This record gives sequence, C-alpha cells and structure tokens, in this order.
Amino acid sequence: MSDIFTRYGDGSPTRMSKEDIRFDLEEGTRDAADRGKIPALTEAELDRLFEICTMPEKAVTVERGDEVVVSFDAGTLKLPVRAGIPMDRSTAILTHERAFCSDTMELGHVDYSYKQLKAIIHEECQAMEHIQLNTIIPVFYGAMPNLGLYTKPDGPIDNWSELLPLAKIAEAKAAQEEAVEHAVKDMVYVASRMYESGADGINFDTVGASGDADVLATLQAAQILKEKYPDIAIEFGMAGEFVLGMHGELYYDGTRLAGLYPHQQVKMAEKAGANIFGAVINTNSSMTFAWNIARAVTFVKACTEAANIPVHVNVGMGVGAIPVTNTPPVDAVSRADKALVEIGKADGL
Amino acid sequence: MAITHEMAAGMGGIRTAGDLVARMQMTKGMKIKDAKEYVAAKVGVSTFDLCDEAVMKEVREQLDIGHVQARVGASIGMEAKFNIARVLDMKIQAVENFKRKTGM
Repeated sequence: MSDIFTRYGDGSPTRMSKEDIRFDLEEGTRDAADRGKIPALTEAELDRLFEICTMPEKAVTVERGDEVVVSFDAGTLKLPVRAGIPMDRSTAILTHERAFCSDTMELGHVDYSYKQLKAIIHEECQAMEHIQLNTIIPVFYGAMPNLGLYTKPDGPIDNWSELLPLAKIAEAKAAQEEAVEHAVKDMVYVASRMYESGADGINFDTVGASGDADVLATLQAAQILKEKYPDIAIEFGMAGEFVLGMHGELYYDGTRLAGLYPHQQVKMAEKAGANIFGAVINTNSSMTFAWNIARAVTFVKACTEAANIPVHVNVGMGVGAIPVTNTPPVDAVSRADKALVEIGKADGL
Repeated sequence: MAITHEMAAGMGGIRTAGDLVARMQMTKGMKIKDAKEYVAAKVGVSTFDLCDEAVMKEVREQLDIGHVQARVGASIGMEAKFNIARVLDMKIQAVENFKRKTGM
C-alpha cells in the first residue's frame, strides 16, 4: 500500500509503500558504496534513516544538542539578487545576523568569480571594511575559481572544451595548465586583499566546476595563502561529488585529482590548509528522496570519518539530497539536514 | 532555505552561540564537538546550553558580546567583536585592523 508521502529528486510529490522506501534506501547506499569504494550504511543506520524518511511531520529537526554551524555560499546574492529585495549587501548580512540568526555569512559580488573581482577589488575591500564595523557574526568573502573564464574570448587561453573534441589532447592539457597559473595568481591576490580588509574567512566556492585543473588551482592558492597568512580561515565548497578529469593527469602532493570522491577530496583540502570542507553529493532528479538521501549520507559519513577538519555538507538545491528545484520543499530539506547531521555526522551545513 | 536549515539543524547565530562555535571551526579547524567544548568552557555553560536561547541571552548580555536585541549601551558590531576576541582568546582580523588604525 502506498501510504508514505515523499518526493522525487526534482521535488515532485509522490506516495510510496514502506517496502519501496526501504528498497530505495538500500539501493542508494549501495550505489554510493560502489562508486566511492566506501562502506555502505549499516542496518541500524538504514533503520534510523527509514524512521527519518517516514516521520509524519512536515518539518523535522535534529535532536537537541546535535545542532551544527551553518555557512553560506553566494551569501549576499540570495536576498538582494535572487529574491529581488532592494537592499544593499551590508543590509543583507545584518538581516541574516539579526533576523535569520545565521551562524556565519558571506559577502560576494554578483559577478561571483575571482578573475572578475580584480578590477573592482577596491570597492569590495571598502564594502568588507564597512560591514566588519557593524556585524558580530563571522563574515566570509567568497567567489568561484571558475577556470573557464580564462579561455578565449573572455581570457587569453585556448578553450580546452573546444580542443578536446578535435582530439587535440596535448593542447587541451597545456591550456588547462596555463589557466591554473592565472587562476592561482588571481585567487591569491583577491583573497589577500579581502583578508587584509578584515574578512573572517575566504570561501572558495564550487571548486572543481571546470574539472581537475580547477581543483589544482584552488589547492595551490590555498597553500600560498596559508603560508602568507597562517591565521587565515579557508573554506572549500566543492562543485560536485566527483572530480572531473578534464585534464586527467594533474596531481597534488602525489595524488591524482581526477576521480576523487568527497572522502578523498577532503584530504587534499586539509593538506592545502583548508579549515572547513564543503562536501557535495549530487542529487539525481529522477530518483526518490529516499535513494538520494541514503546515497548522500553514505558519502558524507565516509568523508567525516576521514576528515580532521569540520565538514559542512552543501545542501543547496540539487546537492546533499535536496531536490533540484528553486523552492526546495521544507519536508525534504529538513529531513536531509537531520539525516546528514545525525547519521552522516556532519559538522555543519 | 536559510531559515529552514537554521530551524532544522542550525545553532541559532547570535541568539545563542552559533557565531562563537563557527569562529572556532573557521580559525582552528575544530570539528563540531571540539568547537562546542571550547566555547562552552570559555563562556561557562554546558555544550547542551550553547543552543538554548534563554541561557545564552543571559550569557551574551553578561559578557557583552552582542545579541539580536539592540539594547541601549550594549556592545554592537565591532565593539562586540572586541569582547568576543577576548572571551574566546582568539584573534579577529577586523579587530586587529581596528586596533592598528586607531593606535590601540
């Protein structure tokens, strides 16, 4: 009998039998275990996950005492830009501090890539200095490595996505290696200026969006920043659960970056000096919430067990079992949070 | 989304001790358990009470480290951060900048 209300990964509502939910939980954890070569969830953990998925309440919460820290990507893009509320960025941050009671916040520019920020760095520094005078919560400065912006016509380098289909493999690899050098320089420059202006931390958001070269550039930038400013706080927010091998032969400290999953990515971030790691597990919009959350929790549990630094699981739309929709339903979001914290042992979201 | 996450699993920001625990994760790379224990010891409550609005309102007002209610004479913004840096025994970059610029 189909008696449990739940959803698909695209957010659309459905009803499932208890047996089908349990089956999808087992399939989800098996999929993560197979792909990541990590342990599947135990029977006890699957039982707990089943309870969370089938709770009748619309919204659920973690148990008292299990609360975690919340950090943000695209922080000041949410209220003034996406929601279209006519407020400046400092007001958005104070709204998060005073009304939403966020634990941290992030200042970011609408052109959210480190390369683009060089030209307006003075205005960004000025904004951070003003914001720091008025805020109590820690404020990150954040943007994306976005290696793709270094390709023609936006940048000086040939586009490896055009070279690869032409079988120009060596040229595509060389182009990515050149882009890494540019990106490192820009990330170090912008992050240095923002830290010196009072930023409490630097957020590298969507690391790996352009593949393994994107990851390498961020690791190198973080390492340089940490040597330059030993007290700087650095957060890595990944772009996906799996590092795409757009280059395929890039290494960091002897480890090949292509193909790394979250429990391996976090070790690279640690070596580079990151203080917080933002694990990403992609949501499959065609599969059920049960399948997606079992899969996400399996990856997160392996990641938190491997990590020596706090893991903040990315739980925006389309990641961390959150449905792929701009208005993620509260029932799915709150269940994902509870499961990721209580079973996955996440240190934050 | 921000509100849902905060309600479902968040610490509560400056209503409680969320910002303080966040600072220890950010600066020391502490996992959540260690960060909570560090902050709890510094502010003199149990880790359980760190997310209790009633307990932490009193603590935050006594330590003058900022709260959602803007009381007359209470520290806000940079003033509160000076006190947070002292209570948590940590450096805050903006506070260091302020000291340098004002010759403190």
